[in-house]
Amino acid sequence: MAKVLVVTSGKGGVGKTTSTAGLGAALAQSGQTVVVVDFDVGLRNLDLVLGAERRVVFDLVNVIQGVAKLPQALIRDKRLDTLWLLPASQTRDKDALTSNGVARVIAELKQKFDWVICDSPAGIERGATLAMRHADAAVIVTNPEVSSVRDSDRIIGLLDAKTEKAEKGGRVDKHLLITRFDAARAARGEMLNIDDVLEILSVPLVGIVPESEEVLRASNVGSPVTLCNPASAAARAYCDAARRLAGENVPMTIPTDKKRLFTKLFGRRAA
Amino acid sequence: MRFRGRSYIAFVLTPEPPIFEWLADLDAWIARSAGFFIGKPVVLDLSAVTLSKAAIAHLLAELQTREIRIMGIEGANPADLGPELPPLLKGGRAAGAVEKIEKPEVVDPVEPPARETEQAVAPTALEPGSLLLETSVRSGQSIVFPAGDVTVLGSVASGAEIIAGGSIHVYGTLRGRAMAGSTGNPRARIFCNKVEAELLAIDGYYRTAEDMEPSLRSRPIQAWLQGDVMLIAPLN
Repeated sequence: MAKVLVVTSGKGGVGKTTSTAGLGAALAQSGQTVVVVDFDVGLRNLDLVLGAERRVVFDLVNVIQGVAKLPQALIRDKRLDTLWLLPASQTRDKDALTSNGVARVIAELKQKFDWVICDSPAGIERGATLAMRHADAAVIVTNPEVSSVRDSDRIIGLLDAKTEKAEKGGRVDKHLLITRFDAARAARGEMLNIDDVLEILSVPLVGIVPESEEVLRASNVGSPVTLCNPASAAARAYCDAARRLAGENVPMTIPTDKKRLFTKLFGRRAA
Repeated sequence: MRFRGRSYIAFVLTPEPPIFEWLADLDAWIARSAGFFIGKPVVLDLSAVTLSKAAIAHLLAELQTREIRIMGIEGANPADLGPELPPLLKGGRAAGAVEKIEKPEVVDPVEPPARETEQAVAPTALEPGSLLLETSVRSGQSIVFPAGDVTVLGSVASGAEIIAGGSIHVYGTLRGRAMAGSTGNPRARIFCNKVEAELLAIDGYYRTAEDMEPSLRSRPIQAWLQGDVMLIAPLN
């Protein structure tokens, strides 16, 4: 049975779309079939991050309104044949999403894929609540800073109240993904450290993605960081997080960029 | 002209099918406590029954003969309520078991204007007059319990609030707002295991984080009123 995962945060710009692409590609690399669904109607980005922007014909809103059938809107990734994208519409807004329509699309996707990953828009309005509505599990993307943490807390409250699973008396499995973490700055007290964030949110940690130049590079070339540079620290962090999501027991580490280590060593030798 | 939100406590009657048996039960109950409903606000919750417009009007007439005046209807289809029937109400919150409240005409003076609340879990009533929350209260959630004390086993997040008629006990960290004695009880207190609160209030007197002694931060404290001054002291 397919698992529906929502990637959400409340706050914008913390890395939801990057994380959706990174986790989606990592799960797809392990051989499972994955569809990533962009719920950010009107401000779609997932197509760019996956490098599929020039292949979009139909989108989520078209499928919901019955203009197109689901297989017509799904775009298969060129690098990974187990990874698919259902893009959002850029010309509409979130009001174009209907509750029944979203339910129907998610139910249909669950028949076809092992993982349905919903990339939530920022905020707590219609787009975000519909993205989380049918989730079995949630990845809460948080930056180690106070406003992001508080917004994540708000989203966790909504996951416990407004999802279909919660309304039936169940619980959405929640996983915390800390992104843009900089160990040196956290040690200097310029950033919240991991324990502070965990203490405030009390949600199990699924991964720590270090701040990395590779992330921006990857999104500019239109490739999930896990495909673009699998050896980078961010890619390894996403791969580990994906394995944990799939139920594997992977020890928690904060990957570091080897390149930086090499240059450090090299620099030292040169000096 | 000013419009203000204010919340009141009302009794909720929930008829169950078959209606005539429910009315008979109600009659038996009224016989035991005559005059209980006179002059009290009562809301009719129709979520357990499916009634036509005519049947709703008939039920209201039946209740009227028992001197029960219905001020609003909950759980009905708006289409079944014409202008001649009481208005449809939404967003009601439980306020403890009816039989146990001695003076139910409590006014919530904090007057939150129709605020959205998303309670994480169905709150479990400890005993009459208290509310136990076993999990954390998340940012944006508002727990309003005018009937008595609120106990939170988890933390209260920044941006969350607890409004209690009685005292407030938080066993985790209190980072949000706590307003105790909201129904006019100056003897209410606030206890927490670790204080990082945005605001503490008792019976309308409040202190913000800025006017709290910095040395108390992150410590277990209690807060109470002495006259019209709020005192905060460490618990150990």
